[in-house]
Amino acid sequence: MDLNTVLQILDSAVRLMTPLLLACLAGLYSERAGVFDIGLEGKMLMAAFSAATVAALTGNVWLGAMAGLLGALLLAAVHGIASITFRGNQLISGVAINFLASGLTVLLGQKIFGLGGRTPSLTPGAELETQVTPFRAWLSGTTGPDTAAALTATPRFGEITLPLAETLRGVPVIGPLYAEVISGHTILVYVAFLMVPLTWWVLYRTRFGLRLRAVGENPASVDTAGVSVTRLRFAAVAIAGLLCGLAGAYLATGLSAGFVKEMTAGRGFIALAALIFAKWRPWGALGATFLFGLLEAVANRYPNLDLGVITVPSMFMNALPYILTVIILAGFVGRAIPPRAGGEPYVKER
Amino acid sequence: MNKMPKWADVILTPVISLVLAMAISAFVILAIGESPTVALTTMIDGALGSSYGWGFTLYYATNFIFTGLAVMVAYHASLFNIGGEGQAAMGGLGVALVLLSLPLPHWALALPAAMIGAALFGAAWALIPAWLQAKRGSHIVITTIMFNFIAAAALNYILVNLLRPVGSMDPASGRFPEATHLPKLSDMALALGFEWGKNTPVNISFFVAVIACVLVWLLIWRSRLGFEIRAFGKSEPAALYAGINPVRITVIAMLISGGLAGLMAINNVMGEAERLVLNAVEGAGFIGIAVALMGRNHPLGVFLAALLFGFLYQGGGELALWTSIPRELIIVIQALVILFTGALDNMVRMPLERMFLAMRKRGA
Repeated sequence: MDLNTVLQILDSAVRLMTPLLLACLAGLYSERAGVFDIGLEGKMLMAAFSAATVAALTGNVWLGAMAGLLGALLLAAVHGIASITFRGNQLISGVAINFLASGLTVLLGQKIFGLGGRTPSLTPGAELETQVTPFRAWLSGTTGPDTAAALTATPRFGEITLPLAETLRGVPVIGPLYAEVISGHTILVYVAFLMVPLTWWVLYRTRFGLRLRAVGENPASVDTAGVSVTRLRFAAVAIAGLLCGLAGAYLATGLSAGFVKEMTAGRGFIALAALIFAKWRPWGALGATFLFGLLEAVANRYPNLDLGVITVPSMFMNALPYILTVIILAGFVGRAIPPRAGGEPYVKER
Repeated sequence: MNKMPKWADVILTPVISLVLAMAISAFVILAIGESPTVALTTMIDGALGSSYGWGFTLYYATNFIFTGLAVMVAYHASLFNIGGEGQAAMGGLGVALVLLSLPLPHWALALPAAMIGAALFGAAWALIPAWLQAKRGSHIVITTIMFNFIAAAALNYILVNLLRPVGSMDPASGRFPEATHLPKLSDMALALGFEWGKNTPVNISFFVAVIACVLVWLLIWRSRLGFEIRAFGKSEPAALYAGINPVRITVIAMLISGGLAGLMAINNVMGEAERLVLNAVEGAGFIGIAVALMGRNHPLGVFLAALLFGFLYQGGGELALWTSIPRELIIVIQALVILFTGALDNMVRMPLERMFLAMRKRGA
């Protein structure tokens, strides 16, 4: 395996870990505030669909991303109302949200585009124009301004070349690493990576973060201090929604070009696994999602990994994140202890 | 003092939840520009209008009875088993291994053998999450989710590399021997001299499912073990104080739950496909969650809710066939039923409780 292959795999790992990282941090906010969230998958799926739909209809990826945030936020609101306001079972609510997204995206997608639940491909080309122009015309009443907008804006996030990437390429090892792996991603990848220190700072260096962590460990104490448990938890669930929105938008308009049915393909659950792996800590989330992204990248590149003695089938590589999580959960290698008040609705004393 | 009479709790709350779910579904149908009444009549016609429709409705219902009972038994021990999907898939493997390796001369012998295989494999798949929950405190919801994915990967590997017959491209096992094919209900009807449900997959497993409902009722409410399971589910410290071993109850409840989920394979794998195919469970494990919640964790309720979901499933298929509404509508309805009966239970219940309290005050 030469350096070039390694770089390509690392580059692919960075792309693949991004949605995992965003979703993992989403889960981190929610669960640190004591609200279990197994609906990450559904929120991502909804966001991916909304982002791709609006990007296809308007030709503007930024509007698409906004729609993605909105779509995920909507489902987060359902989760908040069910599990905070009505003190329902948070796990069941998460299951319901996953199914809701899985069904609604196909129903709405079929209605809007008639392509069996997927959106048109977002590569600016024939399909997008023929499929969408009539709808866009119907939407705005005219074709004029929208076509103009479609010409200037792009329906997908473009890749950003970081400064000096080409100049430094000649430097051994570091140069190609910078040019291939670090540079040349869409903006959402850099946003995701910046979210890690930001989350660390918010959780451990701000008053909001202290209260957020406290509400996940001992909500009664927060309540006694005169801080609203409900408001804090809703804030955490909303942040989780926004981060899932970014993850979904990245999936549909950054990693791929358009939405396809069930495109999250279990990523929400891998993110959940990464969260446990990371022991509910932001830097850990970075490491865990990188590991899982790397596993996926290697499995994609080598469907049957030949290690000389045995051949590892790709199914094993795909199942490895789940197997590792079970091992971690079993507590044989470094025990993962969840926030103490996780999953329990808070009932205020009267 | 109970705030509500029992009948209101058992009948009124699930019915109101269902009505709410249906109302929102109707709104969704309207939003995609279709007519809810046409959708409903299409579904009723397609699922209940003929013996053909009933044949499929009952076939799906059989799957959902098993997975619903699985979720229900675990729920009584306060364990949320989301792993029905993986356990049912593994049950399918058990059925396939039994039927492909043992030379069973008649279905009457093959059925019990396959049931043992299905239940053992399903239970085995639930054993590790159960043991981890009981001994190490690993959250069973997370581990069973992980085990669903691991089961899918393992089955994929086994079907592609081990069970696939030589020369076949299809990731599926070979066909089960002719002698082990289960009698269909349509064959039984013919034997009795009338035609019913021709070409439908509903088979003798339906009666096994009904018997399972009765046995689970006996287990939960009429046996010592059932009492221990319920006591443990209601209050772990109290159960501990009463000398009930929490590790034992957790493991046994999950073994029964996994075994029931695995038993579903006698219907879909042995009764219908007659070979093991990839993704044979098709989400029935998850529908079990909706069925158990809707059925208020009682076998009779599970039976009725499974019939309802069988109707929705078959009706949804007809809907996709005759109208432009995709069958994913069923997933939306399923999600809404889970949401209202499971997570938003208090939203339905609180106004009802208030109403009954007010009525009682007026009466007194």
